[in-house]
Amino acid sequence: MKAVCYMGVEKMTVETVPDPTILNPRDAVVKITSTCICGSDLHLYNGLIPTMEQGDIMGHEFMGEVVEVGPAIKPDRLKVGDRVVVPFTIACGNCFFCKRQLWSCCNNSNPNYWIAEEMMGYSPSGLFGYTHMMGGYAGGQAQYARVPFADVGPLKVPEGIPDEKLVFLSDIYPTGYFGAVNADIEPGDTVAVWGCGPVAQFSIRSAFMLGAERVIAIDRFDYRLRMAEEGGAEIINYEEVDDVVQTLKDMTGNIGPDRCIDAVGMEAHDCGLMYMIDRAKQMARIETDRPIALRQAIQACRKGGTVSVPGVYAGFDDKIPMGAFMNKGLAMKAGQTHMMRFMKPLLDKVESGEIDPSFVISHRVPIDRAPEMYKIFRDKQENCTKVVLDPWAAGAMAA
Amino acid sequence: MVCLGLSSGPDLLTVFIGGRLQLSAGIAVCVTASDRLFQQKVVRHMVEIARIHIRDAGRSKSRSLSGQRWALIGGSALAIYGITRRSSLGVALAASGGAIALLGSTQKQRSRPASAWTSLLVNCSPLEAYRFWRDFENLPRFMNRLHAVTVLDDRHSRWIALGPMGRPIRWDAEITDERENESIAWRSLPGSDVLVDGRVEFRETPAGRGTLISARLEFRRAPGMSRAMAKFLNKGAHFAMRQDLRRLEALMETGEIPTTEGQPHGPRDVITAFMRFADPTRPIRPDSRLKDVFEGRRGIA
Ligand SMILES: NC(=O)c1ccc[n+]([C@@H]2O[C@H](COP(=O)([O-])OP(=O)(O)OC[C@H]3O[C@@H](n4cnc5c(N)ncnc54)[C@H](O)[C@@H]3O)[C@@H](O)[C@H]2O)c1
Ligand SMILES: [Zn+2]
Ligand SMILES: [Zn+2]
Repeated sequence: MKAVCYMGVEKMTVETVPDPTILNPRDAVVKITSTCICGSDLHLYNGLIPTMEQGDIMGHEFMGEVVEVGPAIKPDRLKVGDRVVVPFTIACGNCFFCKRQLWSCCNNSNPNYWIAEEMMGYSPSGLFGYTHMMGGYAGGQAQYARVPFADVGPLKVPEGIPDEKLVFLSDIYPTGYFGAVNADIEPGDTVAVWGCGPVAQFSIRSAFMLGAERVIAIDRFDYRLRMAEEGGAEIINYEEVDDVVQTLKDMTGNIGPDRCIDAVGMEAHDCGLMYMIDRAKQMARIETDRPIALRQAIQACRKGGTVSVPGVYAGFDDKIPMGAFMNKGLAMKAGQTHMMRFMKPLLDKVESGEIDPSFVISHRVPIDRAPEMYKIFRDKQENCTKVVLDPWAAGAMAA
Repeated sequence: MVCLGLSSGPDLLTVFIGGRLQLSAGIAVCVTASDRLFQQKVVRHMVEIARIHIRDAGRSKSRSLSGQRWALIGGSALAIYGITRRSSLGVALAASGGAIALLGSTQKQRSRPASAWTSLLVNCSPLEAYRFWRDFENLPRFMNRLHAVTVLDDRHSRWIALGPMGRPIRWDAEITDERENESIAWRSLPGSDVLVDGRVEFRETPAGRGTLISARLEFRRAPGMSRAMAKFLNKGAHFAMRQDLRRLEALMETGEIPTTEGQPHGPRDVITAFMRFADPTRPIRPDSRLKDVFEGRRGIA
């Protein structure tokens, strides 16, 4: 089959590799009909998360049709022919964490948990196509994928709804929603969202669903800010204001946004000196992340408010304003999304027409063009917000 | 160093060859190689070795790093720092760091009796856990170093573990004490290759949190046991036990052990292929597929 492989920093190639097979009794193999490139993949593309290896298959946002199931999968849970969206977190369904709905913290799905433990104390669940530290599972930017614990994760979806409305249930739509849920939004709240990428776009819309009165979105790309405006947000272009924190104060009666969502993550950009320092440190591997948005979110948040962090951080961050965090009595919530908690209810919202997630798509291309799309998406060229790959499009026939 | 987080896999390499050989080879490669990716790989590997040493040091009784370990860690840090500079100064730094690390690592280490204990919370009843464990023939399913256990009678069993290079280590064990659904203790009988003392307890935890399994294992050098063997048993005993228990947890809770072995991947470079091969989470079986390393640049590893 064809698969997008990580061949080194900023080097993705489409390779012909063997088809996946069932390796464990609760596996399934899915023939992928749509798959996407995520902002999280860019951290790998840029070489910023350790334990990627040459030849690893990328991708964690995919859906398709079940073509093979392992012997331990009961037919009422999943069978050949089912149309499914596969969540990017892999969960067993029966450990301490799964039982408590902390699906992305599953204790049993990461065979390399001990590597993650060295960095984090304990390991999160396995993820598709996202470093060996997170399990080293082959990803879904391919024509087929093996899905472990297939009787727990994959969400069966009805025929008749096109892929592009469903495929984001695999990550960014629940992730954006989770970001808003974690913000503990109360009616009347003002929510500030850092970033206007695909995750942020869903956070903006979810914040309104959860009762926010105002949402203020922050980014520097006009086309993304416009998309946020279409979702009902007020906007700040951080390149055009002197100080984001001050601007937020001015906009909120000097009380500050009640809830702050950092949907930017470890590769934040900025104009100031601090940015240059963070960048240099990141390049020298002294600091793994550039937590610019996170710092701002903590500074800007109103006293007693909540900071929610759906943006991905990998390691050890400098100059986190702990003083502000403590003295203002803030709360912080974060995490890889507990996918299985949100997929079904969010599918219902798609089915009822409350939201059409396909609005974020800017590019639909055959899988062969994935390598160049990584660059275009990273550099935000061609007004790129979200890339959906077709593994089977003409010119992408099985080899 | 741990903060760099560039860890990957090969613990066993350390066992077989000893860290110092690798460090010197690694430093030589780094200083001479022009390919950045390749350098990164090697650096990663060196960090891994340093990491293992730190881990071992952290768990030793004295709770302090010995001079030799400091030399190794500090030297490696300097070497790595030097390598990331990629300049002639960097090369110099790398070389001197490497030298320090080498000095540090060539000093002799004493071998202690290997013992390990840990506990693990598993979502099952004490009864289920007890029953599974009490059938000793189940143990090789989750204990990677164990090759086979044959139950001889109600109290006796024959164990075969895999030593360095897949050489078998044999012992017969006898159950010395047991309480149904609560605990099992066993020890090796005279004439064994190694002296083993083991004990495991199963305790129900409140609020339906599951069963707390506490295990303790002690290996002592049997008369006539080779140094290499003793060293092998010493190395990472606690780590190996935790790995084993995590596999037990997966078996009890999900009916399978998570794996990626056999999944497809794109072309691997030789170093990566080798590191995958040397992954400590893999059983050291005599039938490990060497060919994957040398010819499996494309395909299934
Ligand atoms: N928690 C999860 O489970 C999960 C899942 C998917 C993605 N993510 C993470 O969410 C983040 C966003 O993903 P995405 O797909 O939207 O990525 P993206 O790269 O498309 O979006 C990031 C956006 O942040 C903007 N930005 C950069 N610096 C900023 C700053 N200082 N202030 C405000 N905006 C800034 C960029 O201009 C860009 O528009 C990533 O870190 C990704 O890894 C997390
Ligand atoms: Zn994603
Ligand atoms: Zn689980």
